[in-house]
Amino acid sequence: MLGIFSRGQQKLKGMEKTTNTKEDKSLEYLDLLRRLSQEQGVSGREAKVAESLLKTLHPLVDEVERDRLGNVIAHKKGEGPDPHPRVMLAAHMDEIGLMVTQILEGGFLRFTPVGGIDLRTLPGQEVLIHGLSPLRGVIGAKPPHLQEPGERKKAIPGDELYIDTGYSKKEELEEMVPLGTMVTIERDLQLLANDLVAGKALDNRAGVTVLAACFQELTRLKHRADVYGVATVQEEVGVRGAMVSSYGLAPDLAVVIDVCHGDMPGVAEDEGFPLGKGPALGLGPHVHPRLFTTLKETAQEIGVPYQVEPSPTPAGTDAWAIQIAREGIPTALVSLPLRYMHTAVETLSLKDLKETGRLLAAFIQGLEPAFVEGLSCY
Amino acid sequence: MLLKELSEAFGPPGQEDEVRDLIREKIAPHVDRIWTDTMGNLYAEKKGRDAAGPRIMLAAHMDEVALMITRIDREGFLHFKSLGGIDQRVLIAKPVVIGRQRVPGVIGAKAVHLLEPEERERALSLRELFIDIGARDKEEAEKLVAIGEGAVFQSRFSSIGGNRVRGKALDNRAGCSALVELLQYDYPVNLTAVFTVQEEVGLRGARIASYNLKPDLALVMETTTAGDVPEAKSHQMSTRLGKGPALTIMDRTLIAAPDLLKALEETAQRLDKPYQWKQTATGGTDGGAIHLTGAGIPTAVVAIPCRYLHSPASVIDLADYQHLIELIHGFLTHAPGRRTGQK
Repeated sequence: MLGIFSRGQQKLKGMEKTTNTKEDKSLEYLDLLRRLSQEQGVSGREAKVAESLLKTLHPLVDEVERDRLGNVIAHKKGEGPDPHPRVMLAAHMDEIGLMVTQILEGGFLRFTPVGGIDLRTLPGQEVLIHGLSPLRGVIGAKPPHLQEPGERKKAIPGDELYIDTGYSKKEELEEMVPLGTMVTIERDLQLLANDLVAGKALDNRAGVTVLAACFQELTRLKHRADVYGVATVQEEVGVRGAMVSSYGLAPDLAVVIDVCHGDMPGVAEDEGFPLGKGPALGLGPHVHPRLFTTLKETAQEIGVPYQVEPSPTPAGTDAWAIQIAREGIPTALVSLPLRYMHTAVETLSLKDLKETGRLLAAFIQGLEPAFVEGLSCY
Repeated sequence: MLLKELSEAFGPPGQEDEVRDLIREKIAPHVDRIWTDTMGNLYAEKKGRDAAGPRIMLAAHMDEVALMITRIDREGFLHFKSLGGIDQRVLIAKPVVIGRQRVPGVIGAKAVHLLEPEERERALSLRELFIDIGARDKEEAEKLVAIGEGAVFQSRFSSIGGNRVRGKALDNRAGCSALVELLQYDYPVNLTAVFTVQEEVGLRGARIASYNLKPDLALVMETTTAGDVPEAKSHQMSTRLGKGPALTIMDRTLIAAPDLLKALEETAQRLDKPYQWKQTATGGTDGGAIHLTGAGIPTAVVAIPCRYLHSPASVIDLADYQHLIELIHGFLTHAPGRRTGQK
């Protein structure tokens, strides 16, 4: 079972690692994160990343399947007498991307964003076009010698951007790239100092990796709760996968794993959380107060560092949909601090990822029927 | 593939060591003499069959546009200035490597969620951008990176479309690669290839190289803007991919020697190879420095059309690359007399 999580062995030339002693296993999930980050899974087209995930989860759980909308649902049964609390862990597996809308003379493609793309990050990006077979491309923009003075001060408008496929005939492309084809950035995962990693789609493949990490931890623990790990689809276009999967599963409670903004120059302290200081526990009307408290106490008990992310609204995560599914589902939100969200160099800490998996496993281990019943008593 | 190795090599202006070492190793078996000068230009001499024949300089610059680390802040982020002309808008959300040790870093940007509407329309200035290497603070960053080190895009060279390639620094590693290939053949003329430094910061290496050599004529092997892209009008399309190497009549720095241009054009026609005239008078090359050196040196520029120059992913057509080699090979094989190029 451990074999699927081969330890990361990448050593950076010339970099003296100050961390990663033998006891520190934060690199344990590097390979899985790398694989998931590089899989294609733009909202509504998550089949590739789902396949990869099914294989990863299969040995860790009792059963794993996809539902009608494409959500991956992994079920690990609890032990001991009935009743078994039913807990849902949700992490979205879709990523933002581009969709081909027009094929131009000369081998160029026009596109529209899928999800919240920052158009300013696109010029000069290397891309993969997921047509009948994957094609490489470049997002081009008007060459500098054609620019008006002062033009560099303005972001390039989205309708002036295009993808250069390297082909020169429109007809040739039409056969290979049907309209509606999804496009992703082509990007290797980069290991930075202090076990930070940078890459595309870490929002929220990192959350999906935490899901796997939690199941991995649970194989070593006894737990009474029935655990449903859901990798949801179509979060980036309106938390849609979470809506139907929480209805379908009707769990007693749910914990959503997503990313929150990391600290960086120009971002206020209450909006950006430091990397490597543990997961941020969501706090606000969208989070069940007792789930928040229990997660916090669990973190304290097992020595997982944590931060508190106060937020007036859960808009933008699966918690938005799950909290109000069916008759209402007590929901918590656990987030990995991530810098440069929705760019192709999203950056987060592998330590945070590992610690979050450990926290969730311990939380699940402590779930008893009485606690679940109490969640409706105010 | 040589072009791949060269494209992926690290070579900001003034820090061309890796490119120079790579080229030196490749050309050593094929040339009579190799030497360098005070700035790091790499010279390779090939004596011709006719010792009294013309002395021709072939030049290709080794450096690439890059960033220079100028400041490390308290939080451990790296701040930079550009080494050569970079449109700062292509920097956002790109991975880079710093120094020959290739310390990885990324140029991030504030998440789109946190932007005010007007911020989305505005391009970030160089001063607002920074590189994140994951360091906790200044002290830790200083262990990995030194002030003054260059940073280049971390892009993988790869094929794209039918017969094209995509990669960083094709300007001008494509010219370097073509020149290395040419050096494998023998010619009647006396040839000195110069792989120049610091073109991107003001044609600086070529100036002293041409002074040192005082050749009878010079050919610059370059890449040049291809404008055959959406949003461009046809008269703005400087050059077009796949239509052959481009000859420059005039750019910002040079009016090419007419006889030399004519000889190149005739060579292309004789060999029945495609060529095109650069349609805009924009840009500048080492030719600008070379032709004004000493008492003046007849100079022409032959360039491979290249889309998205100075970005993480530039694109050339390999047919143009091949035709450039064939054109110059043909020119050298039937080399004109000593006086060619002079009116």
